[in-house]
This record gives sequence, structure tokens and C-alpha cells, in this order.
Amino acid sequence: MRVVVDLNRCQGYAQCAFLAPDVFAMHGEEALLYDGEPDGTRRLDVLRAEAACPVKAITVEGAGAAWTAAGAGVSNGP
Amino acid sequence: MALDGSLERLRREGRIVVVGASLAGLRAAETLREEGFTGTLTMIGDEPYEPYDRPPLSKQVLLGRVPADHTALPRRRAIEAQWRLGAAATGLDLSAKRVALADGTSVEYDRLLIATGVRSRPWPNELEAGLDGVFVLRTRDDATRLRHRLKAGPSRVLVIGAGFTGSEIASVCRERDLPVTVAERGPTPLSGALGSVIGDVAAQLHHQHGVDLRCGVMVTGLEGDGVGRLRRAHFSDGGTVDAEVAVVALGATRNTEWLAGSGLAAGPRGIACDAGCRAFDVRGIVADDVFVAGDVARSPHPLFGYRFLSLEHWGNAVAQAEVAAHNMICRGEERRPHLWTPYFWSAQFGVNIKSVGVPNMADQIIVSQGSLGEHRFTAAYGYQGRVIAAVTFDQAKWLEFYQRQIEQAAPFPPPFATVDRRTEGMRPVPAGFPDPSVPTHGPQVTVSGYSPTDQRVTFTPAGHGHHA
Repeated sequence: MRVVVDLNRCQGYAQCAFLAPDVFAMHGEEALLYDGEPDGTRRLDVLRAEAACPVKAITVEGAGAAWTAAGAGVSNGP
Repeated sequence: MALDGSLERLRREGRIVVVGASLAGLRAAETLREEGFTGTLTMIGDEPYEPYDRPPLSKQVLLGRVPADHTALPRRRAIEAQWRLGAAATGLDLSAKRVALADGTSVEYDRLLIATGVRSRPWPNELEAGLDGVFVLRTRDDATRLRHRLKAGPSRVLVIGAGFTGSEIASVCRERDLPVTVAERGPTPLSGALGSVIGDVAAQLHHQHGVDLRCGVMVTGLEGDGVGRLRRAHFSDGGTVDAEVAVVALGATRNTEWLAGSGLAAGPRGIACDAGCRAFDVRGIVADDVFVAGDVARSPHPLFGYRFLSLEHWGNAVAQAEVAAHNMICRGEERRPHLWTPYFWSAQFGVNIKSVGVPNMADQIIVSQGSLGEHRFTAAYGYQGRVIAAVTFDQAKWLEFYQRQIEQAAPFPPPFATVDRRTEGMRPVPAGFPDPSVPTHGPQVTVSGYSPTDQRVTFTPAGHGHHA
């Protein structure tokens, strides 16, 4: 799966680093480092991170089709 | 009516060619499909890879946290394009509406988008540039090679140039616990982009993290050993440093050579276009069917005195591509201007640096929130009494407010009270940008003597002797 973060928008709220810590990590107080092609098994956590981002900075390929708000409550993925 | 008919035909079955298969090219292609273009779409790229993201290369990729091939850009939608990857465009025939490719083939278009971007400026001495251990960093392959070499633990890395990329590379080296020397011809790191007031803070970050930072010097030569490996660098102040790796981070040069002789106004500074992304030809007349977007474009911005801005910014590539794509397939009166306010970020030495606006137009700066000494602050830049830009160090949340100030041409210095205003932020000071009349991008060469036998050429390296 493919992910990109618009780091112009990102303000370092770190919600993504909390929800998918092996994909998104804070580097210092505010800078974000992330894996642009995390393993497919991380999909649900990444989609949660995308949904939780307060500034909507995260784009996940195909997220529109695969993701619904209700899905956020589903427990860990496959 | 006839025109409307031909536009409908273009949208339905026209041929659009995008030269440049990176961020701008991809986002333009998505926008074309999103807005209903159903004709043939051809994507031409000189690299063999599908569009990937470059900012991670000098950060998480070089750090070794993420492989270089984990940077492919997500698609916002299917674009159903014909991909011509690994085949650089080599020529443009405007009258025949045809792009020539390096593999000898050509592609015809009804509308063309040029998004060929920039490449790293190479080390000027070709023999020295060819030494084993001398690198640039722009592409995925560059990042893979450099990362491999850093992992091997070189005795010392020399970074030539302390702009954003050079500073990020130095930061990665220190995080990898590699000894690193940074050579910068300006008075501080980042002085060209942010001025020397902020550059002094950047210099503190370098020192605090153990970088051997040398400002006001140029690298005058790279020396190899008997088998062609880099061993030493020579500086304009007479000093030397032994290093096994040198990364040349002297900025970028526009990929416009393939347009030489095409009749477009394309050169080393990019391709000039109007605010609607239509390319100018050499007569200064806009072409109706050739558009430009991304790092290679120079377009006038109403907010900044209609100055032609050349922005190597991620956000600019996205925004300009969207405007260009829209304008390529709509009626004249529906065209939009590219009015994006420049936005930029860099992560180095654990600090998130962001800017908005055009800092290097400024004459003054004021620290409006926080403190330079704490490396956490917001500073506003002023130009002729209005706010023209702002920069934050670990205070990104304030930047959007300053963006509005810039867009509203708010007065400078800001008359309002701000959160966390310190005494150092009570009065504006000169921002400390290099004098544009003094050449900093090359040596000063003077000729003296009258008769041919007396004439002497004096070579003064740029930056040398100008700075304290």
C-alpha cells in the first residue's frame, strides 16, 4: 500500500504516530518520518491514522473505496 | 460554437502528453481524468520508475529507516495513461506538435504539459566529480548509492553547500554518528533562503550536533588517491580536510536543454509561463497548447509584485499541476490563475523548519513568537512595510495565521500582540540576505593590464573575503 503525507499541512499532532507507530514516527518535537509503502497488513492502522489526522495531511492509495467511518471501530486487521 | 466543438472533441478524444513523470506530472494526469478528459494520455519520464516522492530521500531513506523504493506516490485515482518511462524527451517541434524521445521515437500531442523539473547541479570539475566517493542527491538511485556508502562508515563526510538539502544530509550523517564537515560559501547555513539572522540559528544547530561547519569558504578542489578514490578536499582559505565521501549540494539546475531551439522561452532559469501555466515563446507570447508546472516553471505571482517565481517546492508542484491540468481542457473564461502561496518544510537536527511566503524578498525580520536562542520560534519577514513571509522552528501551528497575513498584505511589523512575544521580538532587524548585486554563485574574475602580454586574470572565489 502507498502513503504520502503533505508535510506542508502537517503540524505535528502525532495522532498517526500513536495509531500506527511502525509506519509513522515523530523525529524531534514536530518533524514526521514515515514509510511510504508499509506492509499491507498495516492497512487498517494506516487508515485509522489517515482518518484521525486533524489537518487531513495523509493520503492513502485507494482509501476512498476501502474505508468507511464505521470501519474505524473494527479491531486489528488480518 | 466551432471552438466549443473542438474543445469537446479534445476532452473526448484528444491527445495530451505530459513530459516529466514525477509529482507534478502525476497530479496533473489525475486532475485531467478527474475533470473528464477521456482521450489519450501519455506520460514521459527519463527515470525508469513510476512517480515517486523525493523529500523522504534526504531524510528517512538516507537514515536507513525506509528503503528508497518505498517512496512511490499513491494515486488519487486511476489515470489510464500510456507510460514511456526511461525515455527522456530530447526535442520539441511546436509547429508539428511533436515531442522527440531519446529512443528515437516521437509522440504527437494536441496539448502538452512540461513538468521536467530540475536536477542536481553537478560538481563543476568533471574529473573530480568522477572520483569514487563524490555524490549528489536528487533521485532514488542517488539516494540508494549514498545510503549504501554511508552505511559502510566512511571516516568523514564532506557536504558541499549548506542549503536545505546539504543541511539535511549533514543532519543524517550526525545521526548515523559519522564525522561530517560542511563547507558553505555564505556567512551561515540557509542564508540564501532564510537570511543570516535565521542562518545563525541554523549554524547553532550544526555546532550543537557536532558538525564541523565552515562558512565563508569554497571548496576549490577534490583530490583523489592513486586508484581514483576521493581522499581530500581543498578550501579557498588554504585549509584541507580528509574525507572519503563528498556530497555536492549546490542547488539544482532546470531540465530545459531538450527545449533548446524549440522557440519556447526556456533556459537555465526555467520556462516562463503566465499565471494560467501557459508557456511563453521566445517572443513573449503565450502558447495556447503548451503548459508548464512544477520546479521547471517560472510564473508571475500577483501577491509578490508579479515577480516571476521559480519554486522548487513540493506543494507548488501539486498546486500548479492542478491549475495547469484544469486550464488545459477548459474554455478561456474558465481558466484559473496559479495563486498558491509558497510553503516549504525541512527537517534537520530534530527541528521542523517551515516557511510561508517569499522570505528572500524581505528587508527586515522580527521574532514575533518564541526565542531564537531556544530554537523554537516564529519570525515574520517584512518588505516595504508589509508581511511578505514567515518561518517557524518547531512552531508549525502558527504558520497558517501568517499565511493569511501575507495574503492580506498585512502591515509589518505586525501591530498586534502575539502569544509568547519576547523582548528580542520588540523591534525588527535587517534579515541579512546576501546582496543580490554581489555574485555569490561564482567566482569574481577580473582582468588587468593593457597589452596582451601584460594582461592578468585574477580569480577571487565567491564568498571569500566578504564575510566576517
